[in-house]
Amino acid sequence: MSEANLAAGHGADVMEARPFAIPSKKLVMWLFIISDACTFGAMLFAYGYIKNAAADWPHPFENSSIMNALLMTFILVTSSLTILIATRHAKGGDKSKALMWTFITVVLGLAFAALHLKEWFGLIGEGVRLFQNPWGAPMFGASFFAVTGLHLAHVVSGAIALTVVALGYKRGRYNSDDLEIWSLYWHFVDLVWMFVVPIVYLMNASAG
Amino acid sequence: MDSNQGSITTDIVVYAVILLLACAQVFVLRGHLLPMLVVAAIQAYLAVMFFMHLRTEKSTLRLALIPVTLFVLVMMNMVWADSYRLMHMKPFAK
Repeated sequence: MSEANLAAGHGADVMEARPFAIPSKKLVMWLFIISDACTFGAMLFAYGYIKNAAADWPHPFENSSIMNALLMTFILVTSSLTILIATRHAKGGDKSKALMWTFITVVLGLAFAALHLKEWFGLIGEGVRLFQNPWGAPMFGASFFAVTGLHLAHVVSGAIALTVVALGYKRGRYNSDDLEIWSLYWHFVDLVWMFVVPIVYLMNASAG
Repeated sequence: MDSNQGSITTDIVVYAVILLLACAQVFVLRGHLLPMLVVAAIQAYLAVMFFMHLRTEKSTLRLALIPVTLFVLVMMNMVWADSYRLMHMKPFAK
């Protein structure tokens, strides 16, 4: 049943029922998320394909790298919780607490990115390049940097987006719905990492 | 207050469970792909249902989003035939 809400005068707006009972912009974010999920799925399948077809796939991640990945997981999952708390406060009308928790989320996201770059520079320092490395299959570098780089780009752009939305929310340009919509994106980024860790890191842990 | 949100205690419990599952992947299941992927799928389910509140949305939204995504991801498994062909039927490139 559509809700026709005719405005007086010229240019009458007809308000349709919200799709799936959610704001259209929220549905758009969900549709983006499922398309991005397919993108990451394709990247991870491609990674698995290349690894499977290689004779001597490197296993370069020692215990320190695995613990770094676990710390990164802890930071990202915690940032999901903090944005959830921020959204809760925004829906409850507590703007200052919503902003505080959003900025904590952004800081955690940037901490994740810093640890990720540290990992990257460590591998580059050991001689890993896009199409060569000291250990084995030459495609390791390209596939590793592509998968983790795509995720890192999502984290950084999510941090920027959350900052922009938080500042707009503070000024009154955006409302709690907008913060909730971008929190969906942030949770998605966290969700992807839960698959990246086992496939990219834990399956390539060194034996020692 | 949006009734969609649920209780903060639930959020914290889900957060703790996700972290415990991550620890299980690192310390117990490391190197075993299928069990780790099952755990990752459970973590993803918890994140989607509780953190992203899909659990409290209309069932038609869940039906619109989840099956088609899973279908596309499952269909991507067709690549394994070619990758195994490369592994078993051609000499390795050095």
